[in-house]
Amino acid sequence: MSTILSRGPVAPLLDDAPTPDGRRPLLVRWGHRLADVGWSVMVASVLLLVVVLVVALPDLFATSGPLDSDPLRAFQPPGPGGLLGTDQLGRDVWSRIVHGARFSILIGAAATGIGAVAGVLLGLLAGLSGRIGDEVVTRGLDVFAAFPGILLAIVLVAVVGPGIPTVIVALGIAAVPRYARIVRAGTLVVRRSGFVEQSVTFGLRRITLVLRHVLPHAVVNVPILATIGLGTAILAASSLSFIGLGPRPPSPEWGAMLADGRNYLSNAWWISVYPGLAIVLVVVAVSVVGRHLQRRLEHREQP
Amino acid sequence: MTVTEIGRVSSLVDTEAERAGTTSPASEQRVGLRTTLFAVLRRLAGGVVVLWLTVTAAFVALQLAPGSVVDALLPVEQRTPEAVAALLTEWGLDRPVWEQYLDYLLRLTHGDLGTSYVLHRPVSEVIGTQLGPTVQLALTGLLVALVLAVLLSTVTAGRPRASRIASGVELAVVSIPEFWLGIVLLVVFSFRLGWFPVAGANGLQSLVLPALTLGLGVVGLVSQVLREGVERSLEQPWALSVRARGSSETALRLRHSLRHAALPVTTLLAWLIGGLFGGVIVVEQVFGRPGIGVVALQAAQGRDLPVVLGVALFSAVVYVAVNTLVDLLALVIDPRLRTEARG
Repeated sequence: MSTILSRGPVAPLLDDAPTPDGRRPLLVRWGHRLADVGWSVMVASVLLLVVVLVVALPDLFATSGPLDSDPLRAFQPPGPGGLLGTDQLGRDVWSRIVHGARFSILIGAAATGIGAVAGVLLGLLAGLSGRIGDEVVTRGLDVFAAFPGILLAIVLVAVVGPGIPTVIVALGIAAVPRYARIVRAGTLVVRRSGFVEQSVTFGLRRITLVLRHVLPHAVVNVPILATIGLGTAILAASSLSFIGLGPRPPSPEWGAMLADGRNYLSNAWWISVYPGLAIVLVVVAVSVVGRHLQRRLEHREQP
Repeated sequence: MTVTEIGRVSSLVDTEAERAGTTSPASEQRVGLRTTLFAVLRRLAGGVVVLWLTVTAAFVALQLAPGSVVDALLPVEQRTPEAVAALLTEWGLDRPVWEQYLDYLLRLTHGDLGTSYVLHRPVSEVIGTQLGPTVQLALTGLLVALVLAVLLSTVTAGRPRASRIASGVELAVVSIPEFWLGIVLLVVFSFRLGWFPVAGANGLQSLVLPALTLGLGVVGLVSQVLREGVERSLEQPWALSVRARGSSETALRLRHSLRHAALPVTTLLAWLIGGLFGGVIVVEQVFGRPGIGVVALQAAQGRDLPVVLGVALFSAVVYVAVNTLVDLLALVIDPRLRTEARG
């Protein structure tokens, strides 16, 4: 019974239920899907795959270590031999970018994870508790929404001190209201729907009802929101490093590299410009994929 | 709001028509206005609650880091128990927590944000002296963003190819970190071409690049929302009748569509202020400008909690004020909202 109940309203959000005989071979379906997405989404996906590889196996791409310096080869301009040039200590800019990928991206991913999980929990809480609980949670979220992520990080650094965990927590907290609001709205809708009332009538335990029926409906939009939020979080993480609140030089974090190279802008622009370009490429790629997913969901919801 | 409408607001106490149960258009309008006013009052109350919660959170933060007063003010070699006790008495930290909390609230209502641990000056004074350059930068940045957004959206809306290019530009601009954009502008216009100074805040010349950087950072989202609004309004029946009256396409877009599209943007405004404030902190670093961002950052690195919390409270006040203003602004832009009953 419960499967029938839960399946009903979910069905429109899933792909059309496949009939066993009308089903096309897997590869053909993938081919159709690829043709649908357009070149920008494909380029972005490939780029993200490469970035994941770079984060996982930086030594595969880097030509030297992130801290290997060679004072004799300082300030080498970009070119066929040096690829993206070298910085004031003769460190290879390309290798540093490769090794630095994990900082911003993992900080952004961790912050997004914290924000999404906490947002889902708070959203559920607000949606399920009565009017007073709802009001308390919503107002509390308003407080955090009143601060830009950077300011929140500054406050947190002042209270507990600088460091990567501080940055992650600050960006996570800053992202919570976004997820909580959408989950709360979803919860309020599902709560009033007929099948939940029916489940209550059937005497389903409250915890089962919430976990098996309310939660899946309330969180449909969260993965997409998180994809788009990941781009924002990566951007914010590198901004915080740039202003000196994240990983500090000599760590090859992209924002920190930029801050480091700022003193040499007049004679060696490449030290600052290329790490920034890396941030832009990653964030654009994440946003393109996120927006594509969002469009697909909207398309499904209103055919 | 016109004079007659203000008159109506003042006569809200008079609910005779309502009691009599008449349903003339005038009384409907009056009731609508009443609910609107009620909605605004509710928003005001909500804003006060948010501010109070923020202040409380700030107080909790101060309590959570009690060691920092001693750390910041007393060098390790002078840290005798008597000296620490004297310091705690001086800063009122030996009193019960609730007493400190009430004192904190009371002082805040007088605009007293406390004293900086590091600078030994009132926080409101520290912020006040640095406010000028930041406000200048933020307002110019906002102006740049709004002008660019209006241009980009009115020109490209409803033209598929131009729209697609514009949305590509918007995506790129949203994804570019402000600090990188600022550095690229510095490399090109200050170091290569020598048009603008490299750092500082002296006159208009030094404001151009920072304001451009800040404005470009937020223009993407604004123009996206504005363009969607203009596109939607161009499909409305009234757009056809405006065209039928012989109005030019430009006039239709500027005089009619833009007004319709401006409404969703006003609700974005509060977010925009937050984005601008975050951007200001970064842009001030890139261009070596003085301002609140620099103050906050130095305070954070020096663990100067009163200053950091002062900046945070200041930004919360601005946010709440803008949010409330936005609600009022919506009534000015869209006359329909003034008469429609809202909950």
